[in-house]
Amino acid sequence: MNASTPMNNAILQVEHLSMKFGGLVAIGDLSFTAKRGEITALIGPNGAGKTTVFNCITGFYKPSEGMITLNRADGSSFLLERLPNHEIPARAKVARTFQNIRLFSGMTLLENLLVAQHNKLMKASGYTVLGLLGFSGYRKVEAESVELAKHWLEKADLVDRADDPAGDLPYGAQRRLEIARAMCTGPELLCLDEPAAGLNPKESAALNELLMDIKNTSGTSILLIEHDMSVVMQISDHVVVLEYGRKISDGNPQSVRTDPRVIAAYLGVDDEEVETVLIEVGDENVIEQLDTGPDAAHGPGTSSSFLAGPVTDTVGHSEGERVTVSKGASKAAQVDARASATPRKPSERATAKPAGKPPTAKPRGGRK
Amino acid sequence: MAVTTSPERDTVATPVQRALKEGFYAGAIALGLFVLFIGLKTGQNISNELVVTTRWILLAGVVIATAVGRFLYVAYALPFMASQKIANVATGVLPDSLASRFFRFPAFVVAAVVAVILIAGGSYLTPVLGPFFGDFARSLRALSIVYALACAIYYFRAFIHANFTKLGITVLVLYPIVVVAILSLMSWSVVAGLQGSLKWVDNFGIQILIYVMLAWGLNIVVGLAGLLDLGYVAFYALGAYSYALLATHFGLSFWILLPTAGAMAALWGVLLGFPVLRLRGDYLAIVTLAFGEIIRLVLINWREVTNGSAGISGIPKVSFFGLMSFNVSDSNYIAKVLGIAQSGAYYKIFLYYLILGLCLLTAFVTIRLRRLPVGRAWEALREDEIACRSLGINTTTTKLTAFATGAMFGGFAGSFFAARQGFVSPESFVFLESAIILAIVVLGGMGSLVGIAVAALVMIGGTEALRELDFLKKGLTWGDTTIIPGFGPDFTPELYRMLLFGMAMVIVMLWKPRGFVGSREPTAFLKVRRAVSSSFTKEGHG
Ligand SMILES: Nc1ncnc2c1ncn2[C@@H]1O[C@H](COP(=O)(O)OP(=O)(O)OP(=O)(O)O)[C@@H](O)[C@H]1O
Ligand SMILES: [Mg+2]
Repeated sequence: MNASTPMNNAILQVEHLSMKFGGLVAIGDLSFTAKRGEITALIGPNGAGKTTVFNCITGFYKPSEGMITLNRADGSSFLLERLPNHEIPARAKVARTFQNIRLFSGMTLLENLLVAQHNKLMKASGYTVLGLLGFSGYRKVEAESVELAKHWLEKADLVDRADDPAGDLPYGAQRRLEIARAMCTGPELLCLDEPAAGLNPKESAALNELLMDIKNTSGTSILLIEHDMSVVMQISDHVVVLEYGRKISDGNPQSVRTDPRVIAAYLGVDDEEVETVLIEVGDENVIEQLDTGPDAAHGPGTSSSFLAGPVTDTVGHSEGERVTVSKGASKAAQVDARASATPRKPSERATAKPAGKPPTAKPRGGRK
Repeated sequence: MAVTTSPERDTVATPVQRALKEGFYAGAIALGLFVLFIGLKTGQNISNELVVTTRWILLAGVVIATAVGRFLYVAYALPFMASQKIANVATGVLPDSLASRFFRFPAFVVAAVVAVILIAGGSYLTPVLGPFFGDFARSLRALSIVYALACAIYYFRAFIHANFTKLGITVLVLYPIVVVAILSLMSWSVVAGLQGSLKWVDNFGIQILIYVMLAWGLNIVVGLAGLLDLGYVAFYALGAYSYALLATHFGLSFWILLPTAGAMAALWGVLLGFPVLRLRGDYLAIVTLAFGEIIRLVLINWREVTNGSAGISGIPKVSFFGLMSFNVSDSNYIAKVLGIAQSGAYYKIFLYYLILGLCLLTAFVTIRLRRLPVGRAWEALREDEIACRSLGINTTTTKLTAFATGAMFGGFAGSFFAARQGFVSPESFVFLESAIILAIVVLGGMGSLVGIAVAALVMIGGTEALRELDFLKKGLTWGDTTIIPGFGPDFTPELYRMLLFGMAMVIVMLWKPRGFVGSREPTAFLKVRRAVSSSFTKEGHG
């Protein structure tokens, strides 16, 4: 690892990560770093590939290309794409939660948190043999584990329900329990997949508090996928924005918030409104182009919307394959295309707005 | 938009009207179903020709019984059950339950007195009352004993429920002693008592306990880890043949071979598990099923070693830890050592306690394992395998340990089986055995030891009891008068065993879809231990 010595304040480095499912490129050449002790947010519209990034980091998917390096506080570093699935939490100390909650619903809250401490307890029970014979050393470690579980139950405000089945909890509490369970593995990096989804504002605020508490007191770095902007903007130190598997922006919350491509892409702006957005942001090219009026040769194109017909777009990627994606071609790419190309070649706009014509392929290879 | 109301809709049918209709439908369906099954019977005449005999009377009987049964159920039973659920408006309490109205204390006293008098005067019944009323009095005696016992169980139900495990173990430990004592008292001879106890100790006691042990072993795989194993009998066979071969060829003792057989089965469990456990659900079930069949076919075809379908006979008996033997010809035969009468029952009683001990060992290990991290990981695996992996649990080794532990208990049970029978053949290890063991686990409630033990008692005890369906031949009699005619002396109730068995299973699964004990005991608690309702637990996908 040549880069690891100076970059040791980076807990996670993702380099040129690609993930393909058959012909579909879920992640294309993604690179970013998450710093130790920070909350890094990964945002993007639905289907952008955020969960896929998590699955690559936590070993559920083996990436098609790229390198994921995790640097632990003790100086050791792991190439996560090479570790077997279950060793990533055990050795590299990465824990995660799931977008659709995965609790052990038939087990009590306490049992859920004890299962999370499996490896530690397993060692203490002499890989079952000593535990079966009733050695006292195991009982001591088990008592400690129960204490740790209690600690996290208290933090998640669930200690009153410790002996209830997890499936009996309301939705918001299940989300908190899943975080508490992940924390019981003693992680250095905690990956949270949309923890605020489905929470009411009060629960959402409590979640913010829990996450800040984790960050400040346990020294765990957090990688967070979130659609709820209030959560992202309030607590994250660094934001990475994905769209169609590609990174379109990367920086602190303020800079990302004002990035026109992010606004276009993430907020799901209509293609009519893209121009408005650009004006708001003050893009000179657009203003210039608006002054000259729409291109008469492509009349229908200006008034038609993407919703008007079966529009397809293609996403090109490194190996030159072409993949059709359903409607909703990259908004960020449109902003780019307009910002850079409109004044010179109005005809290119037409390819970005192919309504009323046979579906046209739009190469995106040039933008990087 | 015209609103039309049909006049029929407004009048609600009374239960009797509805029952008439439903009874009629039930009769029609029964007629359609049974017209070929019961109405016609094919057979051969003397010259080997196919003849069809008609049995319209019997068919009519079945159809009418179905229709009347449905009528009574809809007209009276359903309204009655509904009324049981309606609380009294004035007091707000539910009506007394049916059982508490049926089991009244005065009635209990009467039944007990009647039972005691009739038992005491048992030998004078026929001389005093004559043959007709003598039979009558004996039936009354049986009824009053059953009623008094049921009352006692009903009144102590809370106590029984709270101490079920302790009571169960006590009953199991005392069972052979009580059987021998009762039978000896009835015939005033200990030897006859011992002889008579064979059936009760061997056919019922040992047989049921073998299945309890097998089902508890499979419970680890299916109930805890959620891996559907349809070939469990293979491990049973491995254990049995390990003991049979090693004991007959090398003369090793049971006490050495018991752990060997367990280890052997566990080893095969791991060998099978390695390639197979990446499969899930249906695929795993099919592969384990195939494994069971492969083992059986190997046993049949590897003649040089296993003696093919002829099996291995002359398997040595278990000794009393080498101190006493159960072979009459040996110098340390138990009757000679202890100076008591010779009987084959000692061996059976010893075997009974042996298998009871093995069962308790299985239960103890299972309970212990559940509270250890490995057991918790098994259950977590059943609940959600992906979440397990995200917590750093090595799911492959976890599944393997479950498979191996289950297989080991199967191997123990197998070697016990070989020692008890003295003979093993591939016949004993067919797929039906796997299916029965699995059925016991499912019926008992996956993961629950008590539920599974009860299910084994019901299923195995039930099928054994069904062997004794003589009353079906004779019919039901009250004194000398026949109330319901039987099927005649050439009727073989054994053939209907499986039918009744299947029907009983369907009924139990309708009544309790998650088995007798569906809830789950948590393995750790902070303040109170509360059972987890079955609606939250999962069955597993692998
Ligand atoms: N196992 C898979 N096989 C095939 N395609 C997949 C698989 N997993 C994800 N995808 C595809 O990859 C793309 C990215 O999906 P992903 O779940 O990562 O999106 P996301 O950013 O998490 O979206 P959301 O915000 O809705 O959770 C989608 O088009 C999805 O259909
Ligand atoms: Mg997602």
